[in-house]
Amino acid sequence: MLSRVADACYWMSRYIERAENNARIIAVNTQLLLDFENQKNLLQQNQWDPILAVFDARKQYKTLYPTVSQENVLDFLTYDKSNPTSLLFCVAAARENARTIREQISSEMWEQINLLYLYLQGSQSRVDFLGSTYDFYRRVMEGSQLFQGVTDATMTHGEAWQFIQMGKMIERADSTSRLADVKYHLLLPHGETVGGTVDIIQWKAVLRSCSAMDAYMKLFNGKVKPWSVGEFLILNDFFPRSIRFCVHRLNSALHSISGTPSNQFSNEAERRCGMMRSNLDYTTINEILRTGLHEFLDGIQDQLGDISETLTETYCRWMRKSEAP
Amino acid sequence: MAFGFKDYRTEGFFDESFSCDGAPHDHYRRLVERFQAMSQEEFDRKRILAEKAYLNQGITFTVYKDNQGTERIFPFDLIPRIIPAKEWDVLERGLTQRIQALNLFLHDIYHDQRILKEGIIPADLVLNAPNYRKEMQGVDVPHGVYIHICGTDLIRDDQGNYLVLEDNGRCLSGVSYLLENRQAMKRVFPNLFSQYSVRPVDSYTQELYSALRYVAPQGAQSDPHVVLLTPGIHNSAYFEHSFLARSMGIEIVVGEDLIVERDKVFIKTTKGLQRVDVIYRRVDDEFIDPKIFNPDSLLGVPGLFDAYRKGNVTLANAVGTGVADDKALYAFVPDIIRFYLSEEPILASVKTWLGMREPDLQYILENLKDLVVKPTNESGGYGLLIGPHATESQISEFRDAIRANPRNYIAQPVIQLSRLASYCDGAFEGRHIDLRPYILSGEKTTIIPGGLTRVALRKNSLVVNSSQGGGSKDTWVCDFTEENGC
Repeated sequence: MLSRVADACYWMSRYIERAENNARIIAVNTQLLLDFENQKNLLQQNQWDPILAVFDARKQYKTLYPTVSQENVLDFLTYDKSNPTSLLFCVAAARENARTIREQISSEMWEQINLLYLYLQGSQSRVDFLGSTYDFYRRVMEGSQLFQGVTDATMTHGEAWQFIQMGKMIERADSTSRLADVKYHLLLPHGETVGGTVDIIQWKAVLRSCSAMDAYMKLFNGKVKPWSVGEFLILNDFFPRSIRFCVHRLNSALHSISGTPSNQFSNEAERRCGMMRSNLDYTTINEILRTGLHEFLDGIQDQLGDISETLTETYCRWMRKSEAP
Repeated sequence: MAFGFKDYRTEGFFDESFSCDGAPHDHYRRLVERFQAMSQEEFDRKRILAEKAYLNQGITFTVYKDNQGTERIFPFDLIPRIIPAKEWDVLERGLTQRIQALNLFLHDIYHDQRILKEGIIPADLVLNAPNYRKEMQGVDVPHGVYIHICGTDLIRDDQGNYLVLEDNGRCLSGVSYLLENRQAMKRVFPNLFSQYSVRPVDSYTQELYSALRYVAPQGAQSDPHVVLLTPGIHNSAYFEHSFLARSMGIEIVVGEDLIVERDKVFIKTTKGLQRVDVIYRRVDDEFIDPKIFNPDSLLGVPGLFDAYRKGNVTLANAVGTGVADDKALYAFVPDIIRFYLSEEPILASVKTWLGMREPDLQYILENLKDLVVKPTNESGGYGLLIGPHATESQISEFRDAIRANPRNYIAQPVIQLSRLASYCDGAFEGRHIDLRPYILSGEKTTIIPGGLTRVALRKNSLVVNSSQGGGSKDTWVCDFTEENGC
């Protein structure tokens, strides 16, 4: 397939996955704040600042707004077109990529992504956004999920689809690693202890942000402990948003494109992905905690970034310099 | 005002749908009855249903000169144009004759130039035309086909006679609207289709694909590799490019996807370079190769023209076809048909005065108020003067421009285009229409039944171009028999 098309499939998929993840993170956070209604003002700052950190968007936010308030953060993360993590930016970028490859994707996929874009652009979304914030973000998440479902059900599972898989898995692993790290930025209120009420509420919010609540509860019989949440989100081999699961899928997609057996590699992206996979297969949560969770997750993000880059180098080297962020 | 056709007036124009006494023409009777039976609400529901389908599917075009860069839908009118098969068969023969003559003409112009040597056409008119490409001299194209895809605009005058208005033999668009209009109509009025036996149009993309494969170069792969070259997603017709590529199952590429090595053309793929045999290019001549034509072009591919000249790749349409759809050359097409085919032209043309001919020029300058004046090298309905609708200052502006550069202008009488009932602001009114059939030249000449009917939705407007407030209609070629009463 055309290198340019492979690139567009990959980024379309990353952006649509990013929109979903970001919408969920925001939705969970707005819900979480409701638990602390009495300490609202203090918490607004404490609760939204880490979210900006998760998105790497603190710096840009501060150039636009003097203080951290829910109203401003929500607008910034939802509609600000200059913010590359905002929902509107992500959906518009996904659609722009889809537009260049309309003949590669099914018309159902295009219609779905176009509908989501038209909704976010249109006045109805503003009404929903102000009227029922949670439902609004749900609608964006569902738009993205519908797109992914339609993709699986209507597109040939050939090479282009594998590039879409890779985009989805890299983005999802990256998002989970950032969320698992959110507690690094999230300070406990004065007087609260690790393992105390607020700490547990915050860990639950992390689980919800990864759509992992139900799956986690089933496995750990309802007991929320910081290290088990970490273990679950990083190392679980069956949960579809855990880092390890995503890296396994990424690895299969890579090998299915090149046709190389899964225990060998034929390019740099495969080599790095294979190393990352083995590492995740054979490490334990205790080892991760010994290195430091934050350092470990930072490393994950770097490795994913490297794979993304070498992927482009391998399959799109004929293209002019790629403009992907 | 009551919904329906009670107040419909033909206002002295030739009307496709109604006769001047207010009764529908036979072949429109059932259709009119169906629309009469509808309430305003039902009609609106259907109209909105159709419009939504277009918007959601992204069937849009981009408007230049509108700094919003907005995507708009091409307005679609629900009343179809109906052409009885008897009428269509004549058109089909006439168009086939015309395209065969034009292809022979182009081959001649870029080889021996017999038609110029024999004085049938002034050499100056051809060799100094802006779209004559001297680089094509002596280049052989597979099977002698230059215009693989042609759109010939037809109109009907106040007597209902079909006339050729112009040929479009370069990069022309619109066929996707034709195909989508049919889809929309089938969805909205399924029952009407079973009553009228409408000739299907959906084989177009398959016919196009066979025509493109047929013109693959001699040394091509046994399964020729065809791609569609687009200027990119910001081009106003990108939707169409994508639509056609998708329907044919071929890759849509931009200039940067292609690379020329040792005079052969390749696409850049995830598995390396792959050879290309035929390029259905929707990029104009001037932009296809910065080495030969416009050096600033980023849309084209350096070295493409040399690969083409050496016969290693086929471009459709061929380079240099613009000399055949030149508005001044138009006046000579009947002679071209007689010269190459020794036949009389089947389709009539519009009387045309050429700025380059001294007596014609005098006539044009003296009668500007009554004429339509066209620049010979503009398309899309830009730069027209419609004398009777023009102000004094517009007329004097044109007079100066024509004097300064007579070669660039032609003039024609104002034709009162036929009208057809169309929905406008809550009622049905007559609006002017034209017809663009699409003609494919491959192993044989294929014409998709009907064509794109464009309608000038602004009252009294004669300009049907989408960029100028035009819309479109589905076009039905129907096989009527005595038996079904039509």
